[in-house]
Amino acid sequence: MVRIGAFLVGLFFAGWLLISFLVGAVAYVSEPPAKTVEHEFHKNPKHVSFSFDGPFGKFDQAQLQRGFQVFKEVCSACHSLKFVAFRDLEALGYNEAEVKAIAKQWAIKTPDVDPKTGEMSTRDPVPADYFPKPFANNVAAAAANNNAIPPDLSLMTKARHHGTAYVYSLLTGFQAQPAELLKEFPDAKTPEGLHYNPYFANLNLAMAPPLTADGQVTYGDGTKATVDQMAKDVSAFLTWTAEPKLENRRRAGLPTIIFLLIASGLAYMSYQNIWADKKKKA
Amino acid sequence: MSFPWAEHYTPKHPLMQWIDEKLPLPRLVYNAIGAGYPVPRNLNYFWNFGVLAGLALVIQIVTGVIMAMHYGANTLVAFGTVEQTMRDVNAGWLMRYAHATGASFFFIVVYLHIFRGLYYSSYKAPREMVWLLGLVIFLLMMATAFMGYVLPWGQMSYWGAKVITGLFGAIPVVGEPIQTWLLGGFAPGNASLNRFFSLHFLLPFVIAGVIILHIWALHIPGSSNPTGVEVKGPQDTVPFHPYYTAKDGFGVGIFLILFSIMLFYAPNYLGHPDNYIEANPLSTPAHIVPEWYFWPFYAILRAFTVDFFFVPAKLLGVLAMFASILLLFFLPWLDTSPVRSGNYRPTFRKFFWILVIDVLILGYCGGAPAEEPYVMISQVAAAYYFAHFLIILPLIARFEKPLPLPNSITEAVLNRYNIQGEQDALPGMGSDPQPSNAG
Repeated sequence: MVRIGAFLVGLFFAGWLLISFLVGAVAYVSEPPAKTVEHEFHKNPKHVSFSFDGPFGKFDQAQLQRGFQVFKEVCSACHSLKFVAFRDLEALGYNEAEVKAIAKQWAIKTPDVDPKTGEMSTRDPVPADYFPKPFANNVAAAAANNNAIPPDLSLMTKARHHGTAYVYSLLTGFQAQPAELLKEFPDAKTPEGLHYNPYFANLNLAMAPPLTADGQVTYGDGTKATVDQMAKDVSAFLTWTAEPKLENRRRAGLPTIIFLLIASGLAYMSYQNIWADKKKKA
Repeated sequence: MSFPWAEHYTPKHPLMQWIDEKLPLPRLVYNAIGAGYPVPRNLNYFWNFGVLAGLALVIQIVTGVIMAMHYGANTLVAFGTVEQTMRDVNAGWLMRYAHATGASFFFIVVYLHIFRGLYYSSYKAPREMVWLLGLVIFLLMMATAFMGYVLPWGQMSYWGAKVITGLFGAIPVVGEPIQTWLLGGFAPGNASLNRFFSLHFLLPFVIAGVIILHIWALHIPGSSNPTGVEVKGPQDTVPFHPYYTAKDGFGVGIFLILFSIMLFYAPNYLGHPDNYIEANPLSTPAHIVPEWYFWPFYAILRAFTVDFFFVPAKLLGVLAMFASILLLFFLPWLDTSPVRSGNYRPTFRKFFWILVIDVLILGYCGGAPAEEPYVMISQVAAAYYFAHFLIILPLIARFEKPLPLPNSITEAVLNRYNIQGEQDALPGMGSDPQPSNAG
């Protein structure tokens, strides 16, 4: 009885799936799915190498400081960094006094309540504060940015596939729309106010190219601030903001695995020893 | 417990005797996973995965309880508290990544455990109850994992919750009220998050309880073994401790090495980047996909694209997805072959490996976007999945000619290890065939 019922259920599901397959296959052959402009012109992130690549890679503190400078002078005008606090910057090699000064001189002030009047007011950030947001709320952010809300950057490099390379590619990927794109998809012209970038999922991005000219920032360590260098540095910085414990994690991993290898070796020997009287390998 | 020659617990120390009189807990442990449980002597490494699944549950509970101390089940703060755990809690990143990677490893070992059961037909009499309880554990795991994935309140959390609870919405008439009731609202929100947190904390302990039943049911007939031949006498078994505790110790080591490699060097590899974007009900991700361990079932769900008369395709997909798991409960009565082990079933073995490949294909398609050719591939693969269990298995049982079985476990073991030049010694060999020169 169970088997007859099962047979009928199986016949129904398998049969209907095969019919669905035939329907789909006929449609697929007679009317192949139209190619989309994203399919044809979207590009995967460029290959770019960093000091923290690979299982033993470490952050380059000088690069993180440069990237932080790019964030401070360029990105932070529109993008928040809400999960990072000023105190976290000590990991970049700044000392306590420097962090204090960075916080105090930060262009955007921290919203607070005036301790005397109780009115809403702002004050200079202190190291314990998280980076203040450039816009009071999403409505203000959208209004100032052609209806697009600039995303928070704290986790950006983990929120995209190959995030570090993605950020780098996006920053260096702005270009004129290719002629063959417009020839093949005349309706896909980049709308007014958007910017063509093949590394962006739907190809047209509200953000204007943020890094436009060499020397846009002046690095304190004498590194030449080319667009490529700035894009690399800020991608490295945003990798740190997304995964500040990256080095701790990798440092903890190696001894753990070595310990486990030794322990497993001993466990294997005791396994063989205990079983020695039960089986003799041929 | 299961065999008359099982070793008996005899406490020597007066304190242990005193405890044994009042509460024989050490005796229970001794008989369950100690020297008092005789186990077939020929188990291969595929029998390690039950213990590994238990270990994975312990890892999940320990890391999960610690994370719960730092988590806020409120849509306004949930995402931020998880980030704070990662950044500001001592070893918080370790707990979080161990919990996320641990969920994947839990499913890896459980899938291997289930496929072990399928290959060696561990579900057959007298172990049907072990199999049924195992499936209950599997269902509870799926529910727990799904709700756990909602807790960080990222984009995939939110949209995953919406899609999965939407499955209930496909049920005619009562579907939408049920969906609303499950979510505590019309869309995933604070009420959903709070109840998912509560259940996500509860269910692992329910799983632990069902595991106790699973092991209890296992101890009545005793463990199966790779030959599928039942234990005939003391020479066929060894005490669980120290023989299998030692072997499991090695298995645990290998498991932890692989787990550590993922945890310390690729903790986000099995996750989806979209879940690092905070949930936004106004922005639908381009491709909503569940975690990898649900992909085969997700492919079956999406494989139904054509309405069956008045039954909409979506409802068919939901029914098929649930059926794909529920049919496993009937397996002991679908596969009527008296031979258990796939080693002695040539036809069954071929179809078993087709099933393995089929499930891997379904998994791949479930993770891919819902576009052609993936939908067509998953339709064929899903058709095979149902045909395999509901049509092919019962037919094989009827027509297959199994290979000759060994007379006993001991004979199979001796054939395997003493095959060269020691055949004469075979008849009448006891449990100590050869003096040891190993180790």
